[in-house]
Amino acid sequence: MKSVAIVGASLAGARAAQELRAQGFDGRVVLVGAEPHLPYDRPPLSKAFLAGTAERESLDLLDAEDTASLELRLGTRAERLDAAGGRLVLSDGADLTVDGVVLATGGRARTLPGTAGVSGVHVLRTLDDALALRAELVPGVRVVIVGAGFIGAEVASTCRSLGLDVTVLETLATPLERVLGPRLAEVCSRLHDRHGTVLRCGAAVDELVTAGGRVTGVRLVGGEELPADVVVVGIGMVPATEWLAGSGLEVSNGVHVSSGLVTALPNVVAVGDVAAYTSEKGGRRHRHEHWTNASEQAGVAVANLLAGATTRHYAPSGYVWSDQYEGTLQLAGHPERGDEVVFTEGGPDAPAFVATYQRDGVTVGIFALNSAKQFTRLRRQALRRPAPVA
Amino acid sequence: MLRACTVDELPPGESVRIAGPEPIAVFNADGEVYAIGDTCSHQDASLAEGWLEGCFVECPLHAALFDLRTGQPSCLPAKQPVRTYEVLVDNGVIYVQAERLENTEDAA
Repeated sequence: MKSVAIVGASLAGARAAQELRAQGFDGRVVLVGAEPHLPYDRPPLSKAFLAGTAERESLDLLDAEDTASLELRLGTRAERLDAAGGRLVLSDGADLTVDGVVLATGGRARTLPGTAGVSGVHVLRTLDDALALRAELVPGVRVVIVGAGFIGAEVASTCRSLGLDVTVLETLATPLERVLGPRLAEVCSRLHDRHGTVLRCGAAVDELVTAGGRVTGVRLVGGEELPADVVVVGIGMVPATEWLAGSGLEVSNGVHVSSGLVTALPNVVAVGDVAAYTSEKGGRRHRHEHWTNASEQAGVAVANLLAGATTRHYAPSGYVWSDQYEGTLQLAGHPERGDEVVFTEGGPDAPAFVATYQRDGVTVGIFALNSAKQFTRLRRQALRRPAPVA
Repeated sequence: MLRACTVDELPPGESVRIAGPEPIAVFNADGEVYAIGDTCSHQDASLAEGWLEGCFVECPLHAALFDLRTGQPSCLPAKQPVRTYEVLVDNGVIYVQAERLENTEDAA
């Protein structure tokens, strides 16, 4: 293998580039990114960067040494991958012939129907999204956030820190219930109330109210209307795979890959939000939309790409963190509905606590609020993650 | 010189965070005491809350690893080193020399 193209220049793609070099690949590496920006880290976009306390430079994922060994093709989309996986057609007309391909295209933020072109309505996935939203978060605006998942909750928290009126709408009875289970989701949802954010659960959006092309409110199913100067839609993402039509790769809700993150073509792997993989034991497909997943997958996929065979299988740590209000939430493992929640430190109303998820007498997950040290310790001991290789 | 704690207050595997010119994390790694800048160079997290593995500490937020002897990160996401500080144990008390050292292998 003498040349590799990485399609997608966010965390998964940038980490794949670093892993290629770290694993000894000294051939040509082309990093194709649809956005014009140098690869940047997304988590701060809903937090410090949105609040205006972090600079653009602090988001850089790659340093000069990294980029020096890469061919960066920014502001360029991949439009087609041929069926042998060795030729890419790019939006600038370039035709790229390579030996290996890493698919790291992530996805697009889901939008509400009827919101295209309405000013004051935002999604938050890219740097440009964050800049556009940040420009509108001026004193006195009333913010309505649709969706109380991690992004919605973090944006709500940032908006409150800016002193704005915030209402969060959630269709579920308890936000984050699918991630945290009902009990801890309920505990987290109380953070909103405690910090002056109005959380409306079981609330579905019927339509936006507009005047002169700008949003003025949100109408709920049932007829109630909430005034809004700014609306942020945080209702998930759609994997970016349309361009793979005709490549012969299996695609549905992500690119189908093996437990080694390899597609049906041994010279094409997929990482990050777009990778829909099966575990080593088989079973159903999983796709994760979290930072640590993107980061951890890059090393596995690159190892298998370079070996031309599956030498490593991906075993997710299931680690997710979220900063909301004064709280750092941390989750590890894979809790499921019906797991028993046991508080090992503090309780549900404490400003800091640690809880575990128990299934058949085994710890299958850990959740902590403002307890990083205890969380890390438990995660290491109870979940038996392999020790880091220094 | 900053007083960190007594030797008894820092058994192997434990860490404390002390205030200095910057927050400083002091670790007892299998009997050897090290002090480094507490704030992860990747993003704002306290390394004193991290996981100690031999003479490496893993950041509690994003699993960056730092070598306590040199302050150098040994894996991503961190790319910048943290400072190292000289440690002095005197009469059962651990002190930290709050002056910057060169990042050298034999710093401790």
